[in-house]
Amino acid sequence: MSWAQLFFYVFAVLGVIMSLMVVTRRKAVHSAIFLILAFICFAATYIIMNAELLAAIQVLVYAGGVVGLIIFVIMLVKAEEDEVKQTHGQWIIAAFLALLLVVEVAFIFLGSVAQKTGHLAARMAQVGGNTEAVGVVLYTKYLFPFEVASILLLAAMIGAIVLAKYKLER
Amino acid sequence: MIPLSHVIIFSLIIFVIGMVGALSRRNVFIVLMSIELMLNAVNIALIGVSSAMGNMIGQVLAIFIITVAAGEAAVGLAIVVALYRNRLTVNVDSINLLKW
Repeated sequence: MSWAQLFFYVFAVLGVIMSLMVVTRRKAVHSAIFLILAFICFAATYIIMNAELLAAIQVLVYAGGVVGLIIFVIMLVKAEEDEVKQTHGQWIIAAFLALLLVVEVAFIFLGSVAQKTGHLAARMAQVGGNTEAVGVVLYTKYLFPFEVASILLLAAMIGAIVLAKYKLER
Repeated sequence: MIPLSHVIIFSLIIFVIGMVGALSRRNVFIVLMSIELMLNAVNIALIGVSSAMGNMIGQVLAIFIITVAAGEAAVGLAIVVALYRNRLTVNVDSINLLKW
């Protein structure tokens, strides 16, 4: 087992532990802190899987932006403290569905795994690196979805402002 | 290289943790964070497949998913703020106006 593989498994196990902490903590702020740690562990596994640009975006956008936004709103909104019951009755259905999904997908992927058809690192080295390779594909083949994504972000921004401002105008 | 099946199993475990959290927690912030975890699980799967197949399309799709996740977080948190102004709660059980 090489060092890269070893680190992948270490960060994968850490990521799973942090994700479990996110969904089991009582206070939302603690969950948000563990969410940052989970995202950083995921970014480490991205680097091992030859996606350096996405690892940087993961840390900047998720751990910096999205979780920062969540923490701001947690501070704005006062949650009920010391609630006795943290889950509602759906957890039995949720656990059953989760078990079903794990069994199904694990069965499919442990049975037949697609084989490697090319070496990604060599192909990226031809273009000049991970960022360049992603950029070439993104701005040639996927230019139209890229523009659609920008319109989606604009719509989300306007929608968020309108929704959060609604009551202030009266 | 990492075997593709191990990457998929890792992504699956994260997705399932997020799914259980989104379905069973009562605090709306933890539900939103669980949805982020589920979107991240999809990113892990896409990047793993991209690495195993040797092309960049999975990573480009992951960038689009990150875009959608950022928009979803902004709109979801705006809805939470508007809801808190109206109902003074962040408990998903008491937001049941449309429940039959």
